[in-house]
Amino acid sequence: MIKSLKRRAHELAEASNQLKFLNGGPFADGEMPTFVEKIKPLGHFPLKPAAIEVFQVNVGYMCNQVCKHCHVDAGPDRKEIMTRKTMQHCLDVMAKGVIRTLDITGGAPEMNPDFRWFVEEAHRLGVQEIIVRSNLTILRANKKYYDMPEFFKANNVRVVSSLPYYKADKTDRQRGDGVFNQSIEALKQLNAVGYGKPGSGLVLDLVYNPNGAFLPGDQMQLENDFKTALKRDFELEFNNLLAITNIPISRFLDYLVVSDNYEDYMDKLINAFNPAAVDGVMCKNTISISWDGYLFDCDFNQMLGLKVTKAPQHVKEFDLEQLEKRDIIVSQHCYGCTAGAGSSCQGTVA
Amino acid sequence: MSKTYYDPADLKKFGKIGEFEPELAKKFFDYYNAVFEEGALSAREKSLIALAVAHTVQCPYCIDAYTVDGLERGITEAEMMESVHVAGAIRGGASLVHAVQMMNKVKKLSM
Repeated sequence: MIKSLKRRAHELAEASNQLKFLNGGPFADGEMPTFVEKIKPLGHFPLKPAAIEVFQVNVGYMCNQVCKHCHVDAGPDRKEIMTRKTMQHCLDVMAKGVIRTLDITGGAPEMNPDFRWFVEEAHRLGVQEIIVRSNLTILRANKKYYDMPEFFKANNVRVVSSLPYYKADKTDRQRGDGVFNQSIEALKQLNAVGYGKPGSGLVLDLVYNPNGAFLPGDQMQLENDFKTALKRDFELEFNNLLAITNIPISRFLDYLVVSDNYEDYMDKLINAFNPAAVDGVMCKNTISISWDGYLFDCDFNQMLGLKVTKAPQHVKEFDLEQLEKRDIIVSQHCYGCTAGAGSSCQGTVA
Repeated sequence: MSKTYYDPADLKKFGKIGEFEPELAKKFFDYYNAVFEEGALSAREKSLIALAVAHTVQCPYCIDAYTVDGLERGITEAEMMESVHVAGAIRGGASLVHAVQMMNKVKKLSM
């Protein structure tokens, strides 16, 4: 298992170095247009939010996997974990009823010792939608997680699970040896309690992301391929496939640089820039919250250390009115969300 | 830039062939785009055919374009390689079937 960039003291573990990289090279010498230069003529700069409806809470960077493309640089060696106190601050905001969706991510969120408490409290509050982004293998990693499918069901959680391909080779190359088989076992457990089954009301979505330096194809077509293959090979069912573009930050940025794909990939994103996707970018209706309670425009800006501006920056001082007036911070990584059919944590947007 | 007939950057300039002859270029690209739409064959199947033909005509631009297209469509590496083998088999077969012509000639001329 590889180690996180942070553990390796890699230069791209530092957010400032990633930003330096994203702002330098072809963007500094004018060879490629910056994201601001691209959206300014379209009247989208400064990028402004719409009504905030989604709380994407990153409850910690600890993970049982070390995926090659991970934008969080998560892994077993990451110790950043959200405390119950910070979760309570999030719940205090949600108690006001404006937030429609709580989207819990990590790392492997299930590894946070207060994860179950947080989900139960949010459910008790009556948050309309609770999403848990599960890497699947955590559900089979230890006996203490074996009952997680029933727990999800009891709290009406929408499970969104990463599965980059319907075959083992590509999945394991991206996510680690044996991940595919363990993921399939976890999906069987989820299906067994009703997740992904027609009429159950229990939603199981899969997340597809390309296994390298290329863009995702048509989301519907990929969904059909996944559904056919998983049903045929494993008798598995799921609801929707969310096709997500790999964002050029953290470990995926490192991969692009090491494999000499960085400039070609950025060029590909820029050529695929879709003005219609700008209207649907997730930072318009989402606030990302880090393990230590700070507020960001999205999970990617969180990893780049770009806290929200023109509004209080911590969840305990959450100010909806000011946040909805803020300017969203953009950089070259934002091309990832506006390429082709667009990309968000809910899949394509245009 | 090193002197070579092929430059990968030229692939994305393909559309610019219209600069010298716009009407025919438009007709070609309209036809090209229509060919690759979903039809009696799926767009996925057409992508694999295009990849095989790209290897037959040995066009580096086409191999680049339809390898990326295959990856984006989630086409497996095995499927891509099998399609190239189809191209290889047809090319090889096209040579070998002419051996019948050679054999006919040999037989006609020989005692």
